[in-house]
Amino acid sequence: MMQHLPILQVLLPLLASPFAALLRGRDVAWGLTFVTTGLAFLISIALFFQQRAIGETMIYELGNWAAPLGIVYVIDAASALVLPVISGIGFIATLAARQLVAAEIDARDHGLFYAAWLLTIAGMMGQVTTGDAFNIFVFLEISSLSAYALVAMGAGRDRRALPAAFNYLILGTVGATFYVIGLGLLYMLTGTLNLADLAERLPHVEETRAAFTAMAFIALGLFLKMALFPLHFWLVPAYAHAPSAVTALMASTATKVSVYVLIRLIFGVFGVEFPGIADAVGLLVLTLGIAGAFVGTLAAIVETDLKKLFAQSSIAQLGYMAIGIGAMSATGLAAAFLHLFNHALMKGALFLAIGMIAAQAGRATMGTIQGAGKQIPITMTAILFGGLALIGVPLTAGFISKLYLIRALLEQNFWLLAGLTFISSALALAYVWKIIEATWLQPRPKGAPVLRETASQYIPAWIMVVATLGFGIYATPLVEAAFAAAHVFIPSVAGAN
Amino acid sequence: MSAENLIYTLLGLPLLASALVLLFRNQPNLRDGQAVLLGIISAGAAFQLYLLPTGASLTLLELAPGLTLSFTPEPLGKLFALVAGTLWPLATLYTIGYMRGAKEKNHTRFLFFYAVAIHATMGIALSGNLLTLFVFYEMLTFSTYPLVTHKGDEAALKAGRVYLGILVASSIVFLLFGVIGVWAMAGTLDFVSGGILAGKIDPFYVPALLALFAFGIGKAALMPLHRWLPAAMVAPTPVSALLHAVAVVKAGVFTVLKVGVYIFGIDFLKETGGSEWLVWVASFSILAASIVAMTKTNLKARLAYSTVSQLGYIVMGMALATPLAASGAALHIAAHGAGKITLFFCAGAIYVAHKRTDIQDMNGLGRTMPITYTAFALAALSIMGVPPLAGAWSKFMLMGGALDNGYLLVLGVLMVSSLLNLVYLGEIVIRGFFANPTRKLKGVQEAPLTMLLPLSMTALLSLALFFAVDLFIIDFGG
Repeated sequence: MMQHLPILQVLLPLLASPFAALLRGRDVAWGLTFVTTGLAFLISIALFFQQRAIGETMIYELGNWAAPLGIVYVIDAASALVLPVISGIGFIATLAARQLVAAEIDARDHGLFYAAWLLTIAGMMGQVTTGDAFNIFVFLEISSLSAYALVAMGAGRDRRALPAAFNYLILGTVGATFYVIGLGLLYMLTGTLNLADLAERLPHVEETRAAFTAMAFIALGLFLKMALFPLHFWLVPAYAHAPSAVTALMASTATKVSVYVLIRLIFGVFGVEFPGIADAVGLLVLTLGIAGAFVGTLAAIVETDLKKLFAQSSIAQLGYMAIGIGAMSATGLAAAFLHLFNHALMKGALFLAIGMIAAQAGRATMGTIQGAGKQIPITMTAILFGGLALIGVPLTAGFISKLYLIRALLEQNFWLLAGLTFISSALALAYVWKIIEATWLQPRPKGAPVLRETASQYIPAWIMVVATLGFGIYATPLVEAAFAAAHVFIPSVAGAN
Repeated sequence: MSAENLIYTLLGLPLLASALVLLFRNQPNLRDGQAVLLGIISAGAAFQLYLLPTGASLTLLELAPGLTLSFTPEPLGKLFALVAGTLWPLATLYTIGYMRGAKEKNHTRFLFFYAVAIHATMGIALSGNLLTLFVFYEMLTFSTYPLVTHKGDEAALKAGRVYLGILVASSIVFLLFGVIGVWAMAGTLDFVSGGILAGKIDPFYVPALLALFAFGIGKAALMPLHRWLPAAMVAPTPVSALLHAVAVVKAGVFTVLKVGVYIFGIDFLKETGGSEWLVWVASFSILAASIVAMTKTNLKARLAYSTVSQLGYIVMGMALATPLAASGAALHIAAHGAGKITLFFCAGAIYVAHKRTDIQDMNGLGRTMPITYTAFALAALSIMGVPPLAGAWSKFMLMGGALDNGYLLVLGVLMVSSLLNLVYLGEIVIRGFFANPTRKLKGVQEAPLTMLLPLSMTALLSLALFFAVDLFIIDFGG
């Protein structure tokens, strides 16, 4: 049993999905989803500790077919770190989904909703675990197709969900196609699709133009999927008009998985030594990352719809992960992993809290929350802490990622970039402050609807808040895990921590 | 008690006091009495810690490798803890008298946040590294916000926004960047005698990094980041005392000094000349604020600008980059603390006894409030730097430090500033004692004893500090 864990966590949600679609009746499909995601979460935690204990890469061969002929699942320090993020967020979002979905989705569609929900989680888990480049594409499509459907389900309340989903579908498909074109080139050059095998054979053909083109296609496709500026336009409407539960799930996981796949392919397959990669990926990603950080932050400052506001902020935060990747160093990658992890927690908290408000009030705008601090203090405090973490205030998880990101840049003597990164992240204060001021320092307008909160509404968000604070106060194990993950791709230099 | 236990005591007593305030919210005398009592104990503990040799350290937790929340009392921190610890019980006693005398509402909430603010101040004073300091610095901002907006009316909320806005923004935008920058360059955030940056940073960047701290520490109220201080004048007078003397601005200049001495290092600043620009910015702040103070006729507003000016002395003491000036700056934290708290106590006493806030209405009041006005005069003389009062020593040492490094113009700045002090503080005393009352006043009409007692004690403190100055001079080497 234990040796099958790497496949079980993907298989469970995948197999549960058709059952969820068939189940009728209130809460039955939800219950199945809840149990499945819970199990997947437990398995990924077990895998994390198992991998930490043995300290080396665990390879699971599907049907006992050895690589490169068979497909392998790889649990190394990197995938072991990202898996619990996805399944954990999936689990907590499922917990919150019970109320959110009941409020926002037609009761007839619940079964289908949870079927798509499980599929998208399974797809993401698969992308992280698999050691086969084409298998990544398959899982990418599984998770994306179900995500398009999930976004479109927002149409019951908000018709704008349909164009948003369509946009997302077109751009997502373009991204996936680019990825698969790059993959085709690689297969043509090397005759293999196994990631480890690819990494071994690529150096023999690395001077060819085809190899470079393959890298460019793959990177570009993934930039689109991870919503790197300026390829981010699909993200904001998709997040804003999707059902609230879907926003919470996707904002914390979907783009993160693409960041992970980008790291896995660029560093794990092509490697930092690959000719031209420092310019084509390093410099480009740094530039786009910092530009995205500013564009996202500034857009968030002027935004009044809270879902859009935090979606814009996600563009900025993805920019920081990109900057970590672009630094092309172990510290930079560790910072990217740290922020991938931490940002999932804080955005999860924020979108879960905002989702609860949106489910009640129909929308969550600056007007909806004005003076709401007195009516729903617990929910608004969760938003306050999430916001502080986004700024990177010490004792929140955001501080830790910011710290290592700036260190990674200063290590490479990127002074200007470090300054810009800091300035853009400090600008986050502007939109967080806007919310704090509206919530806590202004009176509730007369005639505004009365907002309520119950324990079941704020507990999911608060679980994420507690995690955000916990990983801000005691980050040592996480920092170690992030460096271990980074060292999978860039071997350690003595003394780094 | 061992130094470790004293650290726990100093951090814990204010928290205990705040908890007991909530517990005894329905028994006002018990609630207020315990706060004063715990304050007196903490003053004793601060004094004991001050006399112990340095070297103790206490780590609460480790956030990430090399990043800890820890407390390491060093001479400067112990001095600040002593200042805050001594003034806390006096301020609490005064607060009780004022709140009852002026019939303010919500005493429990007020006393609760007052005690939390003291806890944050102790955390700042004893912090062993920049991260710990930053955390408590932010805590102090947020715990004093409810005090500033205590009245809850439109004006108070508006002032609160300015207060929170400037302090939070400056600390997040500049100070936090400075902290992260220091960590990335030096690999540590610990306060170490002689600094941690020498050899770790290109001297070219020193002025810029110093600017992140000088302007990031908004609590030091260096112009042009001083606006929050006069804005906060809407708060009840005990808050002003807390802001100006015990906690907030003192925490600000203390942080500036601590960063200058233990992060940059005096010698490093002198070698690189990285703090020269700050001497002139501080000089400007000293003079400009004094001139603004002269134009204010509201007593508290005038005192607020006087504080902005006096804080400039301490920032300048760091920027002069000599051990003598740094010692003078440290002493000025204590001297100005004792002097300014007395002035605000007196302003509050005048308000409670006669409901007057404007200086032009205060003609002849000295004759009906002899104790209050005598205390005011003593404190004013101390701020001006007249012997035998505490302010004389610190100003003297600052001048000596300026001479050491050849800043002759600074001598002029300090003298002009003393002259300006004489004009705008002297006016109040002279009006009080010698001008004819605008309205009829009869007999002696002082504020309640709970207010008179603290203000006389702090006034005497200014006097005592002059004679016991040896005990409070910190040797920064050289």
